[in-house]
Amino acid sequence: MDSFLIITSLLKIVAILFLILSMVSYAVYAERRVSAFIQDRLGPNRVGPAGLFQPIADMFKLLLKEDFTPRNVNTFYYWLAPCLAVMPAIITIAVVPFGSTLFGVPMVIADVNVGILFVFAIASLGVYGIVLAGWASNSKYPFLGGIRSSSQMISYELSLGLAVIPIFLLVGNLRLTSVVRYQIEHGWFIAPFIGDWTNPWKWLLTIPMIISFIVFAIAIFAETNRLPFDLPEAEQELAGGYNTEYSSMKFALFFLGEYAAMITGSAIMVTLFFGGWHFPGIPDGSRGWVFGLINIAVFFAKVAALIFVFMWVRWTLPRFRYDQLMRLGWLFFFEIALVNIFIVAAILSLAH
Amino acid sequence: MSVTVPRPKLNWRERLYLPAIVAGLAITFKHFKNMLLGRTKVTMQYPEQKWDSSLPDYYRGAPALVRDEDGRVRCVACQLCEFICPPRAIKIIPDEIPSNDRFAKVEKYPEEFDIDMIRCIFCGMCEEVCPEQAIFLRKDYAITGFTRAEMVHHKEKLLEIGGVMHGVVLKWNEKK
Repeated sequence: MDSFLIITSLLKIVAILFLILSMVSYAVYAERRVSAFIQDRLGPNRVGPAGLFQPIADMFKLLLKEDFTPRNVNTFYYWLAPCLAVMPAIITIAVVPFGSTLFGVPMVIADVNVGILFVFAIASLGVYGIVLAGWASNSKYPFLGGIRSSSQMISYELSLGLAVIPIFLLVGNLRLTSVVRYQIEHGWFIAPFIGDWTNPWKWLLTIPMIISFIVFAIAIFAETNRLPFDLPEAEQELAGGYNTEYSSMKFALFFLGEYAAMITGSAIMVTLFFGGWHFPGIPDGSRGWVFGLINIAVFFAKVAALIFVFMWVRWTLPRFRYDQLMRLGWLFFFEIALVNIFIVAAILSLAH
Repeated sequence: MSVTVPRPKLNWRERLYLPAIVAGLAITFKHFKNMLLGRTKVTMQYPEQKWDSSLPDYYRGAPALVRDEDGRVRCVACQLCEFICPPRAIKIIPDEIPSNDRFAKVEKYPEEFDIDMIRCIFCGMCEEVCPEQAIFLRKDYAITGFTRAEMVHHKEKLLEIGGVMHGVVLKWNEKK
């Protein structure tokens, strides 16, 4: 390994970590503003211009609060859980290509050849943070939240994994950069307006791709515990769920983890279905560093748009009942995703 | 006896739920958009915008002592308000008026008149019971302080809030 690779990788890690963490804090601010606007309120608008310094004030508040540890908790796991809740979401971003190239350096931290498998392997660790928090708190509401979370995540991971298989049937490679390359040549998976316009098979493939996208998006909602599926932290039923016994920065870490998971989920959705950093008409970073920066900006603009959709859905839909959630996951999305794979395979075999 | 509530039979379009979800999303987006464009005006930015000009005449804010057109403190320290006050927020220490005063015929005057605004419940009974039209509930509502002692309104503060009341009965002027 040469030192150039190590130095650029370290720089990318620091930059992405900084970017993700600041995005998380502003996602919390955006969530409060968007929810307020949807409910005809104003939301935080006092700290700084339009309330933009609110995340900084929130951070100081959370850091300065008393870090209270209840007496009956299992201390080791109680401390471990918040860290486990944050880590997977942040690690997952390592394999996501967030830009083309900048000064000849590819804008992905680790371009591993098992890309999507790495994403699923690490993202599924996220459940440990919640389950451990629920169990270590030694209290009934967090415990119920932890149980719900584990069953929900296991159920929806199936449809999550099955929903992306059609994409890799087309791409023929698990690398996430190849997925983006494929979409640059053939058009975004949910809107293939680039490449061969006359090929009817390509247009036929769009239907299963959209089904795949819907299943994947819903499964991501369930995986990140966002509102139609936020049973692990149902405030009205569980007094906050798995994070009930936490306070101060440990409580904030759970929120950080949830929003980081949301950002990572959006980033993966953008990479898989919306062409990653690609936007029609904008060349990649080999034409100059300005285009490299624009590509990164395009990627994060797409991520931000999807985060808005996350919030929009959260403040529109009510929560599912637990049996409805299970029925939906096992009886509908699992089957739809499974049948979808066969449809794509059939179309592909007929096309050749 | 148990009653079985009949569930509505949904057709396939309703059972798909997606049209309903899209309709819901459209509604929330409409609210979001209207708020973003400033078409929704619901929230009043409190310290900058105030409701004061719209307060009704019968609004019951802070109780206050008033002076009349002659500049006399109208309270005669009869202590009726002190007795009627449900939370016992009022404390009065009466004193004699010196005989060379213009209003020496008036029975007494309050040497001290304290209203504990932590206790006050803004019921307006003091105003109702007052035989002298001396205490009124004014429209002040933002009563704040850092200590309990600060929250007690003394006579000077009460007179400052009350100011001069015009159009009250000047029954003591005939007796001077």
